[in-house]
Amino acid sequence: MTDLYRSMLRIRMVEQAIAARYGEGKMRCPIHLSIGQEAVAVGVAAALRPDDRVLSSHRCHAHYLACGGDLKAMVAELHGLPTGCNGGRGGSMHLQGGQLVASLPIVGSAIPLAVGMALADKLDGSDRVTVVFFGDAAVEEGAFHEAMNLAAVKRLRVLFVCEDNDRSIWTPLEKRQPQGFLMESGLSRGIYTDACSGFNVQLIGNMTFGALARVRGSAGPAMLVCDTYRWAEHCGPNERSDPEDWPLTDPFRDFNPPSKMVAEITAEIDEAFAACQ
Amino acid sequence: MPVTYAQAVRRALVDAALADPAVIFMAEGAHDPVPVFGTLPTPADGIVAERIIEMPTSENAIVGAAIGAALAGKRPVVTFHRVEFALLAAEQIINNAAKMEFISNGRHKVPMLLRLVVGRGWGQGPVHAQSLESLFAAIPGLTVAMPATAHDAYAMTRQALRGDGPVVLIEHRWCHGLTGEIDYDDRSDAFAGPVRISEGDALTIVATGYMTVEARRAADALQKLGRGPDVFDMRTLRPFKAHPIIESVDRTHALLTIDTGHVSYGIGAEIIARCAEHDGPLLLVRRLGLADHPVSSSRHLIAGQYPDARAIFRAAADMLDLHDADETEHVPASPIDQPDPTFTGPF
Repeated sequence: MTDLYRSMLRIRMVEQAIAARYGEGKMRCPIHLSIGQEAVAVGVAAALRPDDRVLSSHRCHAHYLACGGDLKAMVAELHGLPTGCNGGRGGSMHLQGGQLVASLPIVGSAIPLAVGMALADKLDGSDRVTVVFFGDAAVEEGAFHEAMNLAAVKRLRVLFVCEDNDRSIWTPLEKRQPQGFLMESGLSRGIYTDACSGFNVQLIGNMTFGALARVRGSAGPAMLVCDTYRWAEHCGPNERSDPEDWPLTDPFRDFNPPSKMVAEITAEIDEAFAACQ
Repeated sequence: MPVTYAQAVRRALVDAALADPAVIFMAEGAHDPVPVFGTLPTPADGIVAERIIEMPTSENAIVGAAIGAALAGKRPVVTFHRVEFALLAAEQIINNAAKMEFISNGRHKVPMLLRLVVGRGWGQGPVHAQSLESLFAAIPGLTVAMPATAHDAYAMTRQALRGDGPVVLIEHRWCHGLTGEIDYDDRSDAFAGPVRISEGDALTIVATGYMTVEARRAADALQKLGRGPDVFDMRTLRPFKAHPIIESVDRTHALLTIDTGHVSYGIGAEIIARCAEHDGPLLLVRRLGLADHPVSSSRHLIAGQYPDARAIFRAAADMLDLHDADETEHVPASPIDQPDPTFTGPF
């Protein structure tokens, strides 16, 4: 359990460090911070098998770190350096590393790829699972529906994880979709669909374990929907100007990080940034 | 023994699939009685049925899934019955297939073959008959080619399925019935670029796909007037290795390009630009292709819109100041809406 909180804390502290230093003008790429959404990344990652694969979108920092991506390579990538995880070619929106195969920022773009990886696994007789993280807005994309349909009809081992933070930049969910549609997109296709609060890392981990067992066993896709909250603006280092419910929904609300843990992570982060100066 | 272009494509896909178990086929209609104009393999070819995958009518997901499967070690062949269907997958093709290797700094490869068929004739009309190679040729990271012969159809398909990058092969439906010999042992680079298919000094003609057939007919007529041209089959659009064409125009000083698609922003535009950048003699240039509007279904409305052997002859003759040479006298007519009078539809 402490490991899960440590992982979340590390993500939180990395994101806060990026936000604090962004104004120095050395990280010159769009950033989409995951502050407030750490529990989903960590909870899902904790349930994965080492050979499972992950795909993400522009808001990939938490997934990258939770799935074993190297911190120094991530910070270097944001600085556009050749030591970056993509050699500086992708920046913040395209992070790859650890179990994170790729992050694709065009909304919905990664979802069909996940289905294709699972298709390859089926042909190879493997029960590894491909996880694809996306936001609530991706559910409005045609690519999402095509991919879900394909995964369902071919019975492929894909875990579709929707991080519902209610906002597509500024626009709230109620203006974009009929109520209850997120879960319906899975349920109406006969896909095993589950949901839980995106602030409780244990609940998320347990839910994911259950979903993965079903996916591996029954060889069909599953969908998880996690209610979460984005602390920062859509793109950029600043706190959003329309805060709601924060800090009630903070995954760290009940956790007091030990000072040794904070110090260790601070040192790790400082070292990563120092290597980029 | 000569085979048709369609047979050559099918043979190449079968040979590639038998040689490499990673090759898989993804198409709408993959399980049809005659899948994709007879060009797709079936299990009767000795390929495990699971590798020939029927897909829902979801072009974006088909290509996205092919890309994902390619990242996971497969060699997917995606086939669309018409170029236009690929438009629904444009984001996947342009942003993912073409760019994953670059963005990943070489970590990922997308060895995917995307086959697109250009329709024409039999009233297929505005959205079933477009030749959109310019759109794909404009994208760095793709290999884009238009095989015009049975041999190239075979060789390019085989090479695409040995390489590690995304390849777009644009097959003109009117080429599917052309016959030719295949050199099965030819391992030269199928994507090496333009090849001279007719020799002469009067001018340089560059054509793609089915237009190579019409260009050859025009060249024969010009040859008889003692003004035979160099005719090139462009073959590979990207990468474009222009040196054979440049060597020719350095001699002829006259360049006529023929697009199967629109003239504006067509392949001819790139050919001429590349020649113009070259520090050589001033050139007389002219482009043939479709005008700036869609192509109607009715054969009565499309007269004169598609370049044919007579139009090519006319353009070349005018460039050579043979203004009195009558194309109706020197060049046989080509039908407007079928590749061969024996073709009777439906598509």
